[in-house]
Amino acid sequence: MQEGSVQEAHVHAPPEGFIRKYVFSLDHKVIGKQYYALALVAVFTGMILSWLMRLHMVWPNAKIPLLEMLSKNGAPGGIMTPEYYLSLLTMHGTLMVFFVLTNAPFAAFGNYFLPIQIGAEDMAFPRFNMMSFWTTFAAWVVLMLAFFIPDGPPIAGWTEYTPLSAVGKDAGPGMAWGASLWGISIAIFCVASLLGALNFIATTLDLRAKGMTLMRMPLCTWAWFVTSCIALLAFAVLFPACILLILDRHAGTSFFIPSGLVISDRVQPHAGGSPLLWQHLFWFFGHPEVYIAILPSMGIVSHILINSMRKPLLSAKVVIYSMMSIGFLSYMVWGHHMFVSGMNPMSSLAFSFPTLTITIPATVLTLVWLGSLYGSNIQINSASLFSLGFISMFVAGGVSGFFLAQPSIDIYLHATYFVVGHFHLVMGVASLFGVFAGTYFWFPKMTGRMMSETLGKLHFWITFIGAYCIFMPFHYLGLIGNVRRYQSFVDDFMAPYLGWHKFVTIAALITGAGQFLFLFNLIYSRFKGKPAPENPWNATSLEWSIPSPPPWNNFGGRHPIVYHDPYQYGVNGSKGDFVMQDSAEQVVPASGD
Amino acid sequence: MSSTIATPIGSRANALAEKPDSVVLAARRSSSSGIWVGVFAITMSFAAFSSALVVREGTTDWSHLVLPPLLYLNTVFILASSLTLELSRRALREAAGARSAAGWIGLTLLLGMAFCFGQYRAWLDLRAQGIYLATNPNSSFFYVLTFMHALHVLAGLSALAYLGYRLRAMPKAFRRSIFENTAIYWHFMAALWVYLLLLCRAEL
Repeated sequence: MQEGSVQEAHVHAPPEGFIRKYVFSLDHKVIGKQYYALALVAVFTGMILSWLMRLHMVWPNAKIPLLEMLSKNGAPGGIMTPEYYLSLLTMHGTLMVFFVLTNAPFAAFGNYFLPIQIGAEDMAFPRFNMMSFWTTFAAWVVLMLAFFIPDGPPIAGWTEYTPLSAVGKDAGPGMAWGASLWGISIAIFCVASLLGALNFIATTLDLRAKGMTLMRMPLCTWAWFVTSCIALLAFAVLFPACILLILDRHAGTSFFIPSGLVISDRVQPHAGGSPLLWQHLFWFFGHPEVYIAILPSMGIVSHILINSMRKPLLSAKVVIYSMMSIGFLSYMVWGHHMFVSGMNPMSSLAFSFPTLTITIPATVLTLVWLGSLYGSNIQINSASLFSLGFISMFVAGGVSGFFLAQPSIDIYLHATYFVVGHFHLVMGVASLFGVFAGTYFWFPKMTGRMMSETLGKLHFWITFIGAYCIFMPFHYLGLIGNVRRYQSFVDDFMAPYLGWHKFVTIAALITGAGQFLFLFNLIYSRFKGKPAPENPWNATSLEWSIPSPPPWNNFGGRHPIVYHDPYQYGVNGSKGDFVMQDSAEQVVPASGD
Repeated sequence: MSSTIATPIGSRANALAEKPDSVVLAARRSSSSGIWVGVFAITMSFAAFSSALVVREGTTDWSHLVLPPLLYLNTVFILASSLTLELSRRALREAAGARSAAGWIGLTLLLGMAFCFGQYRAWLDLRAQGIYLATNPNSSFFYVLTFMHALHVLAGLSALAYLGYRLRAMPKAFRRSIFENTAIYWHFMAALWVYLLLLCRAEL
């Protein structure tokens, strides 16, 4: 690849008409917003599902209004059945991991800002981009259909372990058509993600503006680029896995189903398959997937922190190499989800090693952030608060990973609430903090209006405190043996800890309610927010050199030329303590450095 | 596959043709990156299928599948189609080569279609022996691998058809990049088939 390759001519004409402008748009900015909107719908759906689950956990016999309308079989009289709890759990996980955590930080913000930050007019393949979004949307529709079929959604969890997910209706309610819809939906999602990843990679390699060498790209662009490389390989493996699963379910094959299996008193007519094979294939995708969820947020947070601190990080190069190492190592650790699966214990050792190794670049990143923050005069706003919160959540969730990485401890902690606490903090909350930070930071650019700072700060504190109240107790609960994916407590020893679960449920309800503040802020500010200047944060990367909101061809037909890296802060620039990336002025360090 | 296949040839190609060569180079490079990334993703998919095959082979009910001999004829077809595509590339380099290049592409297309039809006949042969998708794990993998490959070949066929049909109408600079991308994809299909055939022979 050539460094600083020449700008491509405009790839599509200006859009005309409502459908072309807002529905089937080729514009990466519209597509980014469409992904964001889809993620917004998915996250609120997932959140409500979690509320339903938490309510059932602490008040199993309570009548939940409207639930019977959703599913007569799943909640007769409004009282949730145990199987329906598992259905809601499955849909919560699937929606959140795929349609929120892959969509929002990566597809939404990446699509919107990657081309602008590298100085391009659009993605390399705008038509593929459009197809990619609408294919994701189709996958979402197929998944949501599972709610509305009589049998309900599948009960096998977002990981859909075989053989129960492969045998069909004998495995329980929702495992007939519900599980098939899941398989089809995820297979469609894989195709969409592959198209998207392909677009990101080609765009980053080839459409950078003059002077924009790879090392001069902003850290969030690097994060999107590394994420798209990971996504390309990961989804390419999930797709065959889903195909084989669908075949086992509908074509009578036996990829995953062993012989002699008796489920619901019926002998399953399959033979010779390997249930473990599904786990290998799934987690070969599944572990890189969690890095797909977290890396973009790491990049976004780095980008925002530098801007808020008004000084660059200790070393952007170290951050870039750490992100690349995380990407590379993520492919070697998948077996740590399978320590208790019955695979060879020597394999467990082989997976434990790289799992512990991957903590090194993650720690390096954290140290770079903390080291850069030390002695800085950080400007506090909603975006920087969420960025700081990201570091807190990432560390809090990450340290429990050290324990889970060791097979000896994991044998005890696997499938307990310890794991649930770990991944929710490090993936769910931290990644979402990155999305929130990005939203507060880039909303002025995307809409031309500012969000309410008061509401933003309130949203931060509710979410920050609330998330800790919800997920910290999970570690303790896990340590005392609280098993996950159980709809209620079947062991007497858990009875004294019901109070903890009640606390968590109430915290969840309050924290969730706080998210509606965010939603209100988003929608209200879109129409009534204060008009935003072109560069409200005095930031340096290329997106701040264009109007808010940007014109259809980003740079208005001109080809920006980049003169230095995007983190010239704390210098004597003509506009202040910063120099924009496309500004030809000489960079003069601030006096007293 | 390159998105240039789907782009209406009129607007973008003409717009690009008027631009200086450096800009056209960027467009060509971009679509070429795209095709290599796509090839990489497809490789990864088939790697997943292959590893599933190897794992599955370790179980007890593995029998031996006799591959229909027709597959070898199909291999000849697809390798020949790669050859004809290369001859087309050579024709394209000559002065008024577009016409004969389109002719060679047409031949490539015919050989590709012969391959697909031959694959279908091979499946019918297996069916005649009573070997279906779910008969035994070997047959499951055979059908899945050959079907997935054939699906990708069909996509390649539509690309070839478009290329052959439009070659003469395209401006020169654009012609070469679309040809390159289609060729990369098509040769990859041939190489992938050879790999799958050897895999099936060795493991099934």
